[in-house]
Amino acid sequence: MTKQEPIIRLENVHKYYGDYHALRGITAEIGQGEFFSLLGPSGCGKTTLLRAIAGFEDISSGAIMLGGKNMEGVAPNHRPTNMVFQSYAIFPHLNVEHNVAFGLRKSGMSAADKTCAVGQALEMVGLGGYGARAAHALSGGQRQRVALARALILKPKVLLLDEPLSALDKKMREVMQVELIKLQREVGITFILVTHDQEEALVMSDRIAVMFEGEIAQLDDPERLYRRPVSRRVGEFIGMMNFLEGSLEHSGGFSVDIAGLGRAEIAPEQVVGSGATGAVSIGLRPETLSILFDDDPKSARTAEGMVDEVVYYGDMTYYDLRLDGAARHVRISMRNVVGRPVLEVGARARVSWDPRAFTVFT
Amino acid sequence: MKGQSLKIYVVLYLVFLYAPIVLLPLFAFNSGTVIAFPLQGFTFGWFIEVFTTKALVEATRNSVFIAVSVAVLSTCLGLFAARAATRYDFPAKGGVVGFVMLPLVLPEIIVAVSLLVVLIQAGLSTGIWSVIAGHVLICTPFSIAILQGSFANMDKSLEEAAVDLGETPLSTFRLVTLPLVAPGIIASLLICFTISLDEFIIAFFLSGNEPTLPVYVWGLLRFPARVPVIMALGTLLVALSIILLITAEYFRRRGLRRTGKRDVGGFL
Ligand SMILES: Nc1ncnc2c1ncn2[C@@H]1O[C@H](COP(=O)(O)OP(=O)(O)OP(=O)(O)O)[C@@H](O)[C@H]1O
Ligand SMILES: [Mg+2]
Repeated sequence: MTKQEPIIRLENVHKYYGDYHALRGITAEIGQGEFFSLLGPSGCGKTTLLRAIAGFEDISSGAIMLGGKNMEGVAPNHRPTNMVFQSYAIFPHLNVEHNVAFGLRKSGMSAADKTCAVGQALEMVGLGGYGARAAHALSGGQRQRVALARALILKPKVLLLDEPLSALDKKMREVMQVELIKLQREVGITFILVTHDQEEALVMSDRIAVMFEGEIAQLDDPERLYRRPVSRRVGEFIGMMNFLEGSLEHSGGFSVDIAGLGRAEIAPEQVVGSGATGAVSIGLRPETLSILFDDDPKSARTAEGMVDEVVYYGDMTYYDLRLDGAARHVRISMRNVVGRPVLEVGARARVSWDPRAFTVFT
Repeated sequence: MKGQSLKIYVVLYLVFLYAPIVLLPLFAFNSGTVIAFPLQGFTFGWFIEVFTTKALVEATRNSVFIAVSVAVLSTCLGLFAARAATRYDFPAKGGVVGFVMLPLVLPEIIVAVSLLVVLIQAGLSTGIWSVIAGHVLICTPFSIAILQGSFANMDKSLEEAAVDLGETPLSTFRLVTLPLVAPGIIASLLICFTISLDEFIIAFFLSGNEPTLPVYVWGLLRFPARVPVIMALGTLLVALSIILLITAEYFRRRGLRRTGKRDVGGFL
């Protein structure tokens, strides 16, 4: 992300559908050339916000600034944005070439220039030579590429994508994720991606806004979002997070007493929320605990428990481990290494832990 | 024998449906003036008479003019109403749409009489244009019903995509909406044309001294000697209907082929 004037500035955007408060004070800045994702559960207002930026929904209050200009009252066809719709919205009565060239109609380009631009756009999305194909004779992934080419040919300042990958199967989705990232680096256009798939958001984005009920709960880069969620809810939504009960004390520095693990010093930035001492829940990611095998070096902090459940994934194994003294089990992910057995349900296991990886929710 | 009785049922049903229509050409080419068996001789005379009777040609011209006007007007009105009903939310939408669709179930005789009363009260004369008005009233709901289906089947984001790509609402309508609802428009034109062409009650009340074909035919029935001419006319109309139907089906299938949709329903 470059540190210039942001291309999009959302200032306290509110949107009501009748009585329903769909957007509740969205404030954010999106930089030039950034890959920005809106992530949240169904119905949280992601599409509404995207459509408001595109100009398809009027906002009730606040401002949407695009390239420094207030977009109030500016129709979608006059905004420097283009959209890739969830259904792709490929015009069924036009072939691929005419679909991609659709936006060039008013550009004043000569027919030869148009053909050339269309060819380049199709080449860019890997559909060179598909120009004459009928729209209905395309696969899901190809439709998606046509929709991308059609939007990108206009060189918009911002490309808006509403769940562009949700209609594809898992393999295709992973391929397209990588292609989208490459494409975005290539064209240098700001992408705003709507998704409810946290993995997709983590993989693709420079920054992610996590939305719940019309509000941005957290806006951060993927790593920070994963490592230091600002609330239990965000932590649970992004990836897998275990929660252990504990109590927080403050005398000089913070320290926590964690059920099943023990006592540890905690840095102030690991404490999120009100910061009130007393009963807290401690969030830990599955990879922050590791099961100790006999040949592991001795570790300072260890705890013991019993394996409740084993889920084998090939490269990884997930263990549900009930720590002695803890009310619930925690899920631990372990990379499978040659020569190490996969533990069985009911086995005793020892884990090492590092309090620096924990987040304390007060 | 369940299958057997079903077969008999189908045969009887088809006979019931088409026997009268088969009789039409039979008597149209029969040289006798009485509509009764046994048939007499073969003749083209009645057909020649269809084309040489001035009043009949006039009535046909009236009817076709009315039917074409009604088809175009109703389909335009239907297009606007169907788009509004499927794309926009406005206060009391259900009520308004229901009100527009009401003539569908209103007895035509009521529509005809009340229109006549209004025209007389307003001191206006009846004629072709008042028949057009009456027919538009009853045809528009059909058009709306057909076109609502077309709009409902069309992905709303297609229109948004066109606007997003720089088109105005008007050019979007021309470049995207119209081509995609074209099959519905053709169906609506054909249905409205057909309804108007053979509508009798409203035409009877409102045509004044410019009778439409059905009104003229009804008048002919008082002269038994002219009945074979009606048979010849009927034969021509049946032939025309079949041609229209085949044309409509051709366009429908072509439309499907071009958008790659699966064929469900249709006329043939
Ligand atoms: N036209 C509308 N009229 C009334 N309410 C609406 C309208 N559009 C959306 N909503 C409501 O606004 C809320 C946010 O909708 P939105 O489509 O933005 O959700 P979303 O986050 O995109 O969800 P999803 O992941 O399911 O697409 C939902 O509760 C929805 O019911
Ligand atoms: Mg959505």
